[in-house]
Amino acid sequence: MFPFSEEEIVRYSRHIILQEVGGVGQRKLKDARVLVVGAGGLGSPAAFYLAAAGIGTLGIVDDDVVDLSNLQRQILHRTEDVGKPKVDSAHRALTALNPGVRVVTYRERLSAANVMDLIRDYDVIVDGVDNFSTRYLLNDACVMAGKPLVDAGILRWDGMLMTIRPGEGPCYRCVFPEPPPAGVIPSCQEAGVIGAIAGVMGTLQALEAIKLILGVGETLSGRLLLFDALEGRFRQVNAAQDPDCPVCGDHPTITELIEYDLACELPETGAAAGPTERKNPS
Amino acid sequence: MSVRVRVPVLLRNLTGGQAEVTVDGATVGEVLAALEGRYPGVRERLYDEQGVLRRFVNVYLNDKDIRTLEGEATPVADGDEVAIVPAIAGGS
Repeated sequence: MFPFSEEEIVRYSRHIILQEVGGVGQRKLKDARVLVVGAGGLGSPAAFYLAAAGIGTLGIVDDDVVDLSNLQRQILHRTEDVGKPKVDSAHRALTALNPGVRVVTYRERLSAANVMDLIRDYDVIVDGVDNFSTRYLLNDACVMAGKPLVDAGILRWDGMLMTIRPGEGPCYRCVFPEPPPAGVIPSCQEAGVIGAIAGVMGTLQALEAIKLILGVGETLSGRLLLFDALEGRFRQVNAAQDPDCPVCGDHPTITELIEYDLACELPETGAAAGPTERKNPS
Repeated sequence: MSVRVRVPVLLRNLTGGQAEVTVDGATVGEVLAALEGRYPGVRERLYDEQGVLRRFVNVYLNDKDIRTLEGEATPVADGDEVAIVPAIAGGS
């Protein structure tokens, strides 16, 4: 009747006694498949909490290797992992935390060619990517495939998060129709990011994914959550579905996946870049 | 009308680090113009060369996107809050 081992009942006991979870909810988590795109600042805490929660299958997508400058916030990886593929250190860390989770790794960069195959077998997608090009690609793909997507972004001391439920609420393009031109909004490696804000926002992403799977509470669909860490203030603004949205509106103009060619260069006004962490333009 | 404007981190180098400033105006557009008057450079960051609000910068009046209201012509009242929210993409 109760499909859990003695060990699992103890491991998840604090979940199981929650009215909103119980044995039924814990079973939903065990049956769930969540894909975390990016094993970096957001993906690290998100994947850790999802693994700890007993998500049955956890997919991790990242093509990068661990750099020393990642360790200030990317808590999946250890000092001794520097130079190793992030998916390998992620697999080790998540399996060590919870060997009951099947961790599937994809050492690939998300692209128009692979995104549909990557998301197909997953119930919920968590966006932990570090650039606009991939962020829009993942949004468009999830809208087209009807997959719920938990999006978050961080920069300096700011974080934002929204949950995208295709067909039921706004998508990322409803809120921000087009990415900024290259160089207008800096990336974390160019402008810096306080490590712990990745923990706050990535953990909120894990919570959103868990609520989606359990079907409890209210998700941040239709609301954009903003966190100003310097001020110590959360606030939210309304996000409405846009009937003119180019991807999820009434007459979509984006019907095939597109990859923006957005180079990383900033104009001379930009903050100093961390040369050790600069990545290739997507 | 005296309106509080929430300034995103990315624009705070123009406001001397202030996260919130109070300016006067009768519409959202006037509020943003007043902001430029006090902190030159803001307009260039918010508007494109055609004078249209950039599509990756959202402006909210009391938590409602002004695109769902009357855009920059949306009237404001004393004590209202205008928030400027640019898209951010970082995550790694």
